[in-house]
Amino acid sequence: MLYGFMAYFDAPEKLLEAIKALKGAGYRHIEALTPNPVEGIEEVLGGNGRIPWVAFALGVLGAGLGLFLQVYTTLDYPMNAGGKPLLGWPAFIPVTFELTILTITVGIFLYLLYVNGLPLADHPAVRAKDYVRVLLDEYGLFVYASDPRFDLEATRALLQALGAEVEEVRRA
Amino acid sequence: MADRPHPDRDLIQGEWTEKTLVEKLLEPVEKPAPRPWRVVLAVGGALTLAWLYAIFVTFVKGLGTWGINQPVAWGLDVVHFVWWIGIGHAGTLISAILVLMRQNWRDSLNRVTEAMTFFAILAAATFPLIHMGRPQHFYWVMPYPTHMALWPQYKSPLSWDVLAIMTYITISTLFLYLGLIPDLALLRERSQGWRRKVYGWLSLGWTGNAVHWQRYRAVYVLLAGLATPVVISVHSVVSMDFAYGLVPGWHLTVFPPFFAAGAIYSGFAMALTLIIPLRRWYRLEGVVTERHLDWMAKVTLASGLGVAYIYLLEIFIAWYSAEPAEWAQQIWRMTGPYAPYYWAMMLINVVLLQTLWFPRFRKNLTWLFLFSILANVGMWLERFVIVVISLSKDFLPANAQLYFPTWVDWTLFLGTLGFFLFGLALFIRIFPPIAVAEMVHLFHKLRRH
Repeated sequence: MLYGFMAYFDAPEKLLEAIKALKGAGYRHIEALTPNPVEGIEEVLGGNGRIPWVAFALGVLGAGLGLFLQVYTTLDYPMNAGGKPLLGWPAFIPVTFELTILTITVGIFLYLLYVNGLPLADHPAVRAKDYVRVLLDEYGLFVYASDPRFDLEATRALLQALGAEVEEVRRA
Repeated sequence: MADRPHPDRDLIQGEWTEKTLVEKLLEPVEKPAPRPWRVVLAVGGALTLAWLYAIFVTFVKGLGTWGINQPVAWGLDVVHFVWWIGIGHAGTLISAILVLMRQNWRDSLNRVTEAMTFFAILAAATFPLIHMGRPQHFYWVMPYPTHMALWPQYKSPLSWDVLAIMTYITISTLFLYLGLIPDLALLRERSQGWRRKVYGWLSLGWTGNAVHWQRYRAVYVLLAGLATPVVISVHSVVSMDFAYGLVPGWHLTVFPPFFAAGAIYSGFAMALTLIIPLRRWYRLEGVVTERHLDWMAKVTLASGLGVAYIYLLEIFIAWYSAEPAEWAQQIWRMTGPYAPYYWAMMLINVVLLQTLWFPRFRKNLTWLFLFSILANVGMWLERFVIVVISLSKDFLPANAQLYFPTWVDWTLFLGTLGFFLFGLALFIRIFPPIAVAEMVHLFHKLRRH
């Protein structure tokens, strides 16, 4: 069974060109695989829009939890220490701060895994014989055979015209 | 633009291609280990066993086996807790603050220093745990509804400390792991059999998807931004454990910046102690250049100067406060039975530190290595001065009592040192000690522009 084509480019600019060209030709089911973050990829493939807002929401949640924890425990077990006010808020700053950070850290890490669909047990692109190249120094573009525009001859020709070395990825 | 070489071009020296660079960086994991590695592992492992024995003795016989008593109820255990936590700080600093400042020289150093942080926090966290009289009830420090209807007291810095350390260990671990994920994917593709499976699980199936990379980078920078204030807050909170007390020599508002500066200083010193031999044993001179070490020496100097300034300020505060107990404590430090400790600390952290002003000393790796060890001896002495000497003489002259640590105290210390080295040695055998993906990315940036 054919999974699709893995195209290897030797420069990130060529990859970006190719994605634009394929998108222009109506391809939708494509995936870019790169050894490091590529600048400008979010313009062609979408990106991280929601992460700062999710982090902010988690921060508000964490700060709320931290304050609630301290106010509640203080009221539930009131203790007069040196005649200071029971809810002396300056003493609550450190724990509120730490819990804010703790909540964002754990939450955003889990959110990152969730939006990226990780952990992932298997992926067709990883079955490409030369897959390791896109983890080293090359920029890969995986075109799924399930794409409506996919065509064994035309797609290969298009990718090669864009400067790629093309590998057919099949189930072994 | 294209013709002008990148200003940081010399951060990677030698003739490399991406492939040879990756081969080189993965050598510690993929090639047989050099002989010094085995020595470190063996010595570290033996000391770890001694450490476990000392913990066993503490648990079975109780805290009477330690040298602590009244008035010195906090002894070497708290000295070592503060010492280890401080050492951890450089890792977070290098990985987080330098990311935000876009310092390219961090890429060669962040992985090994983050691992250093991880093991240093683990070593530190054991001290308060075993210092509890009843360590089986350690979870009482957590806020959970108990049948005794008791809660932790959140106006006490000791309660803050629990959450500060927990947050610190969580964010450092996640940051270290997040940075490892792309390298784990690379190791997965380069290994066979059970190794491939283990690296595959650990890499969470990272494929290098470009959109994933964008989100990954966003989260990485975000975590760096969060880790930066945490690092400052942790040692500030630790310092408040002291500053909230009335003990002369502790009750100072200058403590949070004092501790934070000391932490950065000792952490960078420890990073130098580890990196100088590491780059020689693994022949990493091309990626950890003399310029890297020079930068680290400069940060050590800058933070050390902060520490030295506060040493002098402490004397001034003790005099200017006109508080007899404070001044008596200062005189006790300078002329009492512990005076050699105090003056040794001053010699290292104030006098010898000044050598780092001069490029001749900074570029002399023998001196830099020696000084990095001395600096941590100096920081150990500083914590001894703060914890033990302050407690040994408080308001009542009749209370003055000296402190004599036992073999258990010393074994616990040597044991954590061994555990630290043992853990790091194993770490660099399993995970690349230099962040491969980031170095290759830096290599691209330097060579292409």
